[in-house]
Amino acid sequence: MWAIVHKFGSPQWFYRLSCRLEPWCWVLAALSLGAGGVWGLALAPADYQQGESFRIIYVHVPAALLAQSVFIAMALASLVFMVWKIKVADMAAAVMAPFGAAMTFTALFSGAVWGVPTWGTWWVWDARLTSMLILLFLYLGVIALRGAFSSRQSGARAASVLAMVGVINIPIIKYSVEWWYTLHQSATFSLTERPAMPASMWLPLLIMVVGFYSFFAALTLLRVRSEILRREGDKRWVRALKEIPS
Amino acid sequence: MTPKRQQRLFALLGLVVLAGVALGLTLYALRANINLFFSPVQIAMGEAPLERQIRAGGLVKEGSVTRDPQSLDVDFVVTDYVEEVEVIYSGILPDLFREGQGVVVVGKLESDGRIYADKVLARHDENYMPPEVAKALEEAGYTPSDYQQKAARVAERLAVPTSEGE
Repeated sequence: MWAIVHKFGSPQWFYRLSCRLEPWCWVLAALSLGAGGVWGLALAPADYQQGESFRIIYVHVPAALLAQSVFIAMALASLVFMVWKIKVADMAAAVMAPFGAAMTFTALFSGAVWGVPTWGTWWVWDARLTSMLILLFLYLGVIALRGAFSSRQSGARAASVLAMVGVINIPIIKYSVEWWYTLHQSATFSLTERPAMPASMWLPLLIMVVGFYSFFAALTLLRVRSEILRREGDKRWVRALKEIPS
Repeated sequence: MTPKRQQRLFALLGLVVLAGVALGLTLYALRANINLFFSPVQIAMGEAPLERQIRAGGLVKEGSVTRDPQSLDVDFVVTDYVEEVEVIYSGILPDLFREGQGVVVVGKLESDGRIYADKVLARHDENYMPPEVAKALEEAGYTPSDYQQKAARVAERLAVPTSEGE
């Protein structure tokens, strides 16, 4: 079983796999972001109370979901790197951090823009908003820590530990709206319950979520590949790649 | 898995669990302070300090909003279906403010039991729907349920008899 882990972890094998998977991810991302975007932002019905400003949900919810999922993925990759010393896992963790930070910022910013017409304020220090802000700082901390060491190995190890410990923030974000009184409402989507909106509203949201995930997958595959080329540039198989005119 | 890897795995998982326990205990100790607002139950039980800036939240009681036609003065009752608190406010209300809507008011609780608010924020629930659906649901007697459940839990913790059984 562990042989599979190491096979998957070999940069050469991952490079080939990612070359094959990446185009499909881009196609899926383009299709679902296009369809979901037009459907959600133009065709879906407006909300009975919030009117058109409700459409921010089609950016806000996928971004917030990604912000948390990317952190979990980064922490898992860090764990694999720390325990099995698989280099590709560290490369994945390294390229995920800026994307996750961007998603967290998008969620916070779109939430603030949404808060003005809905709540009457940009920002309030409630548990959900504050824990999301902490997530942004954790991402920035992981990125900064990686760059703060003169040797790449030490930086990677420090960033991995922070990513793994920081994952504790994720359940806090998730359950903050249930454990405490917050201005932020409860979750719109859950795996166990019916969505709190009709299909004409949640279907485009679901498509947008799929689009965000496939965009994340495509971008991560692409960036891990370029990271492989950068770090493994002196390996024979990489040099063989370069000789092929593209 | 080699013993060395196993050791590393357990050390890391142990680190995460320890950090989780530490954070969990901290949050447990701070649990009252992390709430953004006091609910009417908590105010009725004397948990909220007097004459200090506090936040109180709940639903605007149906039929309780009275506006002064000459000015921006408005007063209304905030309820969690267990206890109620009267709010006095002067200013512009958010668009979503209406009877039955969740609100958070920022202001001072005075000794007369009223809150003199400086700011009123609207609280939205997780339900979204097109206007036609909302109209149909309203006729069927729809109320936001997540807030009610939470208020009932707080009432349980504070051992207040809830009005639900009446």
